[in-house]
Amino acid sequence: MEVRVANVRKEFERFPALHDVSLDIKSGELIALLGPSGSGKTTLLRLIAGLERPTRGKIFFGDEDASQKSIQDRNVGFVFQHYALFRHMTVADNIGFGLKVRHGPSRPPAQEIRRRASELLDLVQLSGLEKRYPAQLSGGQRQRVALARAMAIEPKVLLLDEPFGALDAQVRRELRRWLREIHDATGHTTVFVTHDQEEALELADRVVVMSQGRIEQVGTADDIYDTPNSPFVYGFIGESSSLPVKVENGEIWLADRPIGLQAPHASSGDATLYFRPHDVELLDGCSGCIAGTVAASRRVAGTRRVELEIGGERQRVEIELPVGHPAAQKSRVAFRPGRWKLFPAA
Amino acid sequence: MADPEIKSWEPHHDSKSAAVTESRPAQAVLMAIVFVFLAVFLLLPLIIVFKEAFAKGIGTYLQSLGDADTRSAIRLTLLVAAISVPLNIVFGISAAWAIAKFEFKGKAFLTTLIDLPFSVSPVISGLVYVLLFGAQGLLGEWLKGHGIQILFAVPGIVLATVFVTFPFVARELIPLMQEQGNGDEEAALSLGANGWQTFWYVTLPNVKWGLLYGVLLCNARAMGEFGAVSVVSGHIRGLTNTMPLHVEILYNEYNAVGAFAVASLLAGLALVTLVLKTLLEMRYGAELAATRGH
Repeated sequence: MEVRVANVRKEFERFPALHDVSLDIKSGELIALLGPSGSGKTTLLRLIAGLERPTRGKIFFGDEDASQKSIQDRNVGFVFQHYALFRHMTVADNIGFGLKVRHGPSRPPAQEIRRRASELLDLVQLSGLEKRYPAQLSGGQRQRVALARAMAIEPKVLLLDEPFGALDAQVRRELRRWLREIHDATGHTTVFVTHDQEEALELADRVVVMSQGRIEQVGTADDIYDTPNSPFVYGFIGESSSLPVKVENGEIWLADRPIGLQAPHASSGDATLYFRPHDVELLDGCSGCIAGTVAASRRVAGTRRVELEIGGERQRVEIELPVGHPAAQKSRVAFRPGRWKLFPAA
Repeated sequence: MADPEIKSWEPHHDSKSAAVTESRPAQAVLMAIVFVFLAVFLLLPLIIVFKEAFAKGIGTYLQSLGDADTRSAIRLTLLVAAISVPLNIVFGISAAWAIAKFEFKGKAFLTTLIDLPFSVSPVISGLVYVLLFGAQGLLGEWLKGHGIQILFAVPGIVLATVFVTFPFVARELIPLMQEQGNGDEEAALSLGANGWQTFWYVTLPNVKWGLLYGVLLCNARAMGEFGAVSVVSGHIRGLTNTMPLHVEILYNEYNAVGAFAVASLLAGLALVTLVLKTLLEMRYGAELAATRGH
């Protein structure tokens, strides 16, 4: 099922949580909504589910306008951040709930509901736990029961709110891989919310980066990481360094020296240069480069992170060097960014 | 898939550290004070009630209870409780739902209002109804014209009882529902349940022990209420006397055995309530602890 979010705005008591957000989700796609807290990612997910109504704009399921449909009629599977399992029901009753509350002929007989619950428990690899209560399960098991319960109603779209947020690191990684397998096996259109970029980049077909109620960028992990389209995305995804520079006639200047980078299409004036600390080319001499005094040097896992003081203006940037690199011993290092991007100064 | 983090789901009870534990003599003194106090003010009166009730033997005791006026008082008390407790269940659940599950203007005011019967003297609660429905009251003329008798009749007693007891269920449910939030209800709705199914299968089971606890306290108070009922009842023997009022009348007539016999029933009710309440607290406490671990 395709999902299309068209110019949606959402206000809570006149405080805008989403400004004019549009997003196309393809059928069968696994999408991550990624952003810091307060970016509106959970609000967007709840709008798609029908747990909230948009202040303006529309949400389409396929060609059908679902904006005014209630959550019951949208047929979405929603997995809540804290699972929201019904604690007084067994695992099997939790999973069968969505079928039990149906009316008339669409409601399967009790035996069929039990069979379906067992089937789904097999799918989420919890066979034999039918009679347990949620309090008797571990966090990872509850998560999987919640997913089985959401899938029991054969939803058009599966929505997950911070699905791994409450689990410890090891279980998280395991469940992440497992969710990908389930997705590939069942082919549900799936949207999940996360604040963990590693999770988003690893798991999703496409990542939607959000900030302050707006979508900053939509793209594959490669798009997002290699060609961030805003200073926010540069800063939020992975490590980044930035320097205030000046553009003159397509040439980038740092203070009074050109740094050997050309930006033929950029308009002249003040700008900010962004690059990845690990994506730099170290230079010996310096005619057209960025040079700085080593202010600090730290060993971080497999690399050495060096903080450089650039020029006399107390501008600091970080670059990463291979551990054994001789430049780390020097007091002065010159480099040029490999991949970089220029944004007009704010 | 192997699950490495299956945790014990029993709640952990932190034992007190040595630093905050009193010395043995201090403990003994504190406990002695409490026990002596309870014995003098609670246990002794309770024993006296039963002693006086059976002072002239079991035959007289049963005879006093068999008295027509006494039986009618018992019937009236049961009737009043049977009407006011269900009314307060409906009211309590509605109020708790409104306060805990959604936002509206005047919520703080409503919360304060619910506490009103606790802060107002029961006599005042009764007088309010006299002022409203009495012959010289606000609606007195109109009621008289339509032949409706509220004051000095069962409706007045029920109204006064409902007023005095309405905080019990609501006060028990509000914090419980607030703590549980909307998550389970949202989950039920997302699975296709309608409002009624959500209430019946999800909300109600989540609060059932708290509700039972509130109903128990509500019932105990409904049966035992004296002040408010005394003002509106008119003390008509065999007609508008509830058990507590009947106890007073019998006592004032120097019928000690009769008074204490009826009192022993009320005391018995209190004891049963206490036992049920303790059982519920054990059950309900475990449930709450399991909820927290969830």
